[in-house]
Amino acid sequence: MKKLNKLFWALAAPVAAILFTLIFVSIILLFKGANPLSTFQLIATYGSQSDNIVAELNQTVAYYLAGVAAAIGFKMLLFNIGIDGQYRLAIFMAAVVGGATHLPSYLEVPLIILTGMVVGALWASISGYLKVKRNISEVISNIMLNTIASGLIIYLLQPSRLGLKGKSSDNLSTPLIPSSGSLPTFHIFGGELYSFGLVAIAVGILYWIVLNKSVFGFNLRATGMSFRAARASGVNAPRMVFITMALSGGIAGLTGMGELLCNTHTYSLAFPTGYALTGLALALLGRSNPIGIAIAAFFWSFLEQAAPALDLEGVPKEIVMMMQGTIILATVTAYEVVKRITRRQQQRLVGAADAPRVEVGQKGDK
Amino acid sequence: MSTLKGNRLWKIITSPSRMMLTVAAIIILISLIRQFTGVDDITSPGATGATIRFTIPILMAGLGGLWAERSGVINIGLEGMMILGTWFGAWFGFLYGPWVGIFAGAVGGAIAGLLHAFLTVRVGIDQAVSGLAINLLGAGTARFLSGVFFIGKGGDVNISPQVSSTGSFTVPGLSPLLTTLAHKHILVISDIAGVSAGLVTKINWASLVMFLALPITAWILWKTRFGLRMRFCGENPVAAESLGVNVYRTRFIAMAVSGALAGLGGAYISIVSTGNYLEGQTAGRGYIGLAAVIFGNWTPVGVLGGSVLFGLTDALRVRQSTSVHALLLVVIVLAGVYGLTKLRKKDWKGFITGILIAVLVLAYYMINKTVPDEFVTFFPNLTTILVLAFLSQRLRPPAMAGAPYRKGEEG
Repeated sequence: MKKLNKLFWALAAPVAAILFTLIFVSIILLFKGANPLSTFQLIATYGSQSDNIVAELNQTVAYYLAGVAAAIGFKMLLFNIGIDGQYRLAIFMAAVVGGATHLPSYLEVPLIILTGMVVGALWASISGYLKVKRNISEVISNIMLNTIASGLIIYLLQPSRLGLKGKSSDNLSTPLIPSSGSLPTFHIFGGELYSFGLVAIAVGILYWIVLNKSVFGFNLRATGMSFRAARASGVNAPRMVFITMALSGGIAGLTGMGELLCNTHTYSLAFPTGYALTGLALALLGRSNPIGIAIAAFFWSFLEQAAPALDLEGVPKEIVMMMQGTIILATVTAYEVVKRITRRQQQRLVGAADAPRVEVGQKGDK
Repeated sequence: MSTLKGNRLWKIITSPSRMMLTVAAIIILISLIRQFTGVDDITSPGATGATIRFTIPILMAGLGGLWAERSGVINIGLEGMMILGTWFGAWFGFLYGPWVGIFAGAVGGAIAGLLHAFLTVRVGIDQAVSGLAINLLGAGTARFLSGVFFIGKGGDVNISPQVSSTGSFTVPGLSPLLTTLAHKHILVISDIAGVSAGLVTKINWASLVMFLALPITAWILWKTRFGLRMRFCGENPVAAESLGVNVYRTRFIAMAVSGALAGLGGAYISIVSTGNYLEGQTAGRGYIGLAAVIFGNWTPVGVLGGSVLFGLTDALRVRQSTSVHALLLVVIVLAGVYGLTKLRKKDWKGFITGILIAVLVLAYYMINKTVPDEFVTFFPNLTTILVLAFLSQRLRPPAMAGAPYRKGEEG
């Protein structure tokens, strides 16, 4: 019964958040004169078409990795809004290195992946350094670093530097990675499923094991729960903060790697921005749990893939952006409320156990 | 005792006479550079006018950030509030005239500010999460509303119909006199005349009105009882509450003002700078406003300094890219002077850093003819990172800005 109660409160927040968002969207739909129920039905059927499912799964992999990167930061109470800059700089440098080397496949692929992780980790460690040594909020430094990363990429992507001019349009891109540097895709449901998804699964398993079954993971969680207590018990807490930030950036460097290795084989400005917010939202929705994040990531990409269906109903598909903002706010608010309710329940339990069994104590309970 | 000494030192550094000297030194330096490089646009009246147009939105966002952070709430949602300001400003400006539009922009921003206050102060969620979500919501809402309202009224999904101008004024007599003086290219005098001419020629009424927000903010925050209480909430909310200050209410008011100021900045962009709403026209100025707050060390005059610096680089980039290149010389001189003062104090690390930066920038200056546009775009962001990295001991943010606070709970 106790366990059921716990499970109920754990699920209450995300369910409430999603319900709130659905109601919010329904109101907008009604306001636009569309029938919410039929629109949701349209989204559901459009999203579960077989070729869309494959695209969703591929997108899920990228979102999942961004979510894991954010979740690692959350364990340390770090808010890694820099995932955007980290991932784009990482994929860009990985594409440059991949395009410049011609190694056998078993070296080329790991080299590209490793480059991405290292670049992401290095870029993230700037804000980690500033946080530890200068006590600067990682949110502020990462917001600034995101813009700097964008500027750097555009600068380096010029044809006179590291980039190439695209054939058809004037879209800039990096040189093509040779075929030895690509990962295969699976033909399922008439689509191309990236094999890079297996790496993402491995990352999820590794994340869970390292965090829950290793001394390092214990130290990390301990520092996140109480910086001072961890320090007092001999953990080098500032170092843990720095390493966590770099680790989060390293995983962020894998975001979009599936697209690079399995599909485009080149970096261009078409690689989307906004993964940081998505990652943070997914980590919040999934409560930093590897499976929770995966479910949330699939839900998120399902919505996005189905968004064009909204246009058919005469609803601007941009409301997906509003939906995402609402989901984030609703989730966090719901968790905060649930946290307060469960805490009050616990306090009441403790109070009931402690209170002397006289009338006065029961009166105070009300 | 040590804090008292620190305060006195701070007063001397920021004293009016010292500030005048600094300003004079910078003017002389810039006019020398202009003479030396022949880049006359740096101090021309036109460049000053453009600088004002680029500075005002950043200043408004910066003051918004100042209000929020002084009351203890970090407002990362400034960008979203600005976007709402651009949209509401343009739409109501189109319907009822530009001044109503500016007011509507402030209201739009204030609504988002109150949402942020409700979520972070009342509900108690993380301030960064709320701010970022508001940025997303602001962008999404503006996009959605554009699709609903603009089509069929002379606009489109990402552009609004044209808003009429707020009008501008020129100080008669003074303006032509200063302009002719500026064109004579006399050392220092022409530079001062050029900048002054820019300050009295074709100044938009909206610029003037919005600029008033700066002295009003300074007055409220430092000269009124409410301002004292508000800063108290940012420094130590628990103590403030125990002395009878209503922390929640104070923060709600501060956030409403913060959002309204950001909204005004947005309305300025859409009504004055471009004359209509364009999607994405704030281009991260909310974040730059945040940067100006840090650069300005959480003081109104400092925020103005940061806004002018960032506005100036923006304006020069748009006008003439060689101007930005010439400004590198200022960086070289400042870094060199910084290094030399450190030498006097036998601070070797500081000396080497200063000289190294000076030499590296000098080398870049000699090799290249221009500064790439991409670098100028992220100049404010880079400056902020550098200020945070090298001057963080000098910075004094409100002690409890960003920290969660619940009524009746310690810490």
